[in-house]
Amino acid sequence: MAEIKFSISSNDPLAKPELKKIIDEVIDRNKHLNGATMVVLNELQSKIGFISRPMQVYVAQRLGIPVSQVHGVVSFYSFFTTSPRGKHTVKFCLGTACYVGGIPQIIEKAKQILGVEPGQTTEDGEITLEVCRCVGACSQAPVVVIDEDLHGRVRPNKFPQLIKSIQPGQE
Amino acid sequence: MSAYILYRHRDIPNLNQLDVYQKNGGFEAIKKAIKTMSPAAVLNEVKDSGLRGRGGAGFPTGMKWSFLPGNLWPHYVVANADESEPGTFKDREILESNPFQFLEGLMLAAYAVQANDAYIYLRGEFWQIARRLDTCIEELYAEGLLGDKLFGTKYSLRLHTHLGAGAYICGEETALLESIEGHLGQPRLRPPFPATFGLFGKPTVINNVETLTNLPPIIEKGAAWFKTLGTEKSPGVKIFSLSGCVNKPGNYELPLGTTFRELIFTHGGGIPDGRTIKAIMSAGASSVIVPADDRALDTPMDYESTQANLNAPLGSASVIILDDSVNMAWLVNKTVHFFRHESCGKCTPCREGTYWMSHLTRRIAAGEAAPDDIDLLNIVARQMQGKCLCALGEFSTMAVTSGIEKFRADFEKLVNH
Repeated sequence: MAEIKFSISSNDPLAKPELKKIIDEVIDRNKHLNGATMVVLNELQSKIGFISRPMQVYVAQRLGIPVSQVHGVVSFYSFFTTSPRGKHTVKFCLGTACYVGGIPQIIEKAKQILGVEPGQTTEDGEITLEVCRCVGACSQAPVVVIDEDLHGRVRPNKFPQLIKSIQPGQE
Repeated sequence: MSAYILYRHRDIPNLNQLDVYQKNGGFEAIKKAIKTMSPAAVLNEVKDSGLRGRGGAGFPTGMKWSFLPGNLWPHYVVANADESEPGTFKDREILESNPFQFLEGLMLAAYAVQANDAYIYLRGEFWQIARRLDTCIEELYAEGLLGDKLFGTKYSLRLHTHLGAGAYICGEETALLESIEGHLGQPRLRPPFPATFGLFGKPTVINNVETLTNLPPIIEKGAAWFKTLGTEKSPGVKIFSLSGCVNKPGNYELPLGTTFRELIFTHGGGIPDGRTIKAIMSAGASSVIVPADDRALDTPMDYESTQANLNAPLGSASVIILDDSVNMAWLVNKTVHFFRHESCGKCTPCREGTYWMSHLTRRIAAGEAAPDDIDLLNIVARQMQGKCLCALGEFSTMAVTSGIEKFRADFEKLVNH
């Protein structure tokens, strides 16, 4: 397969030797697997935090598959992101039970406190707000996931307390 | 309530540890099967038990296995742990608290169809669970319960976990196979069915986590015992995930055929804040909206009765309760937006249909709709029915058409304000 030339900006993970090493390690360890694409992308998303365009081209070259296939998978699944996120993520579950349980009011509260909409990151790069589809914890609705911790039965008046731990200068 | 069959961890603490599981009869069923039973005998026992798939369709499990051709090899078994239906959270508890019974069930399924590799597909959100399952699987290899030449026979079995990355559609079995192969999670055209052309193009059985977890007790205690539970056509117990406007949401393991009334009022503690129950969704967001009258509440929850009495499939038995404070047009709007977001885009009726429905429901919910929009929405939904590539497209219309039919006043209230 002909090598595709592509430019890498200086702040891309591929341009940083310590991150490039991680990327190569993940690809080398998994490239022999049947269906390696998903496994590699999942690991890169969790270790690097996002999958940039140059990274997608690089993964495609290393796995010997078309870039379109890698980009297709990255854009299809909602876990994969192509730009850096904030240091912390706050996800609001939009499942049916969480909706009935009052997640819209909590999202409103978060918008008030942080000044950003779901999908956006605060100006200081600290917190990204996201909405997600049912996380499978409906008995605890409404559910907010902060980084990797799931918080159930959240009430709008309790929410400010809940995000204090990840707000800079408020620990 | 007699002892738990699937949620045995609620009776036995620390059942998610291998030694505790083994002390309580763990891996006796697989030992018995591999040492003393032929694969066909295991298959027949499961067929005789009448076990039906717990993922939603309710298809007889033994029959599903018997479709695999004997002249095409290798065979694969895939466990569907992509529990993504809004309102469903039963498999999570099995995987977290009783993982070895599930793994043993998966091993039994693999033995019955003579597969040497079995895959567990978990939704991306379950990455912590996947890591724990990996540890469980390592322990089984170390104990000689997985790997080559099991129990001194020629039979070998390896288990693999595979993580998704946040796509509801991957719970559909052919989309799930595509995802394991590293592609977009888009359903395949059928036929050929996975039984002949499945994972990596080979004959494949795909079973839900709860279905597989039923297998060890069936092999241990026999089909006759299993049939003493539940109803004649829907034997066994089922885990009902209860959520929404109810005092005690949670998972309840009950015999199939338990009524909605018993689940909601006896086990679920009734409706909070002195409100009254208005409607039930029996199969999560994919469900039709059923008015909660006496007829509905006294309907037994099994595969036949809910369909016959309420024209509503039992599905994965994720029962969402809606009280009189919920406007159904608002609920339908949320449901349609969920499906629009999760539509994979492969077939036109679903991709465009969910898009147009979402515009109409948004307008209605926002009070900006014209009176004709309710009928237009109904027409769009009915146009989609029967024309989509997979069940997701059909499901996206369920709440719409049933909501308009049974709760038209809720829609009109928002239109004629």
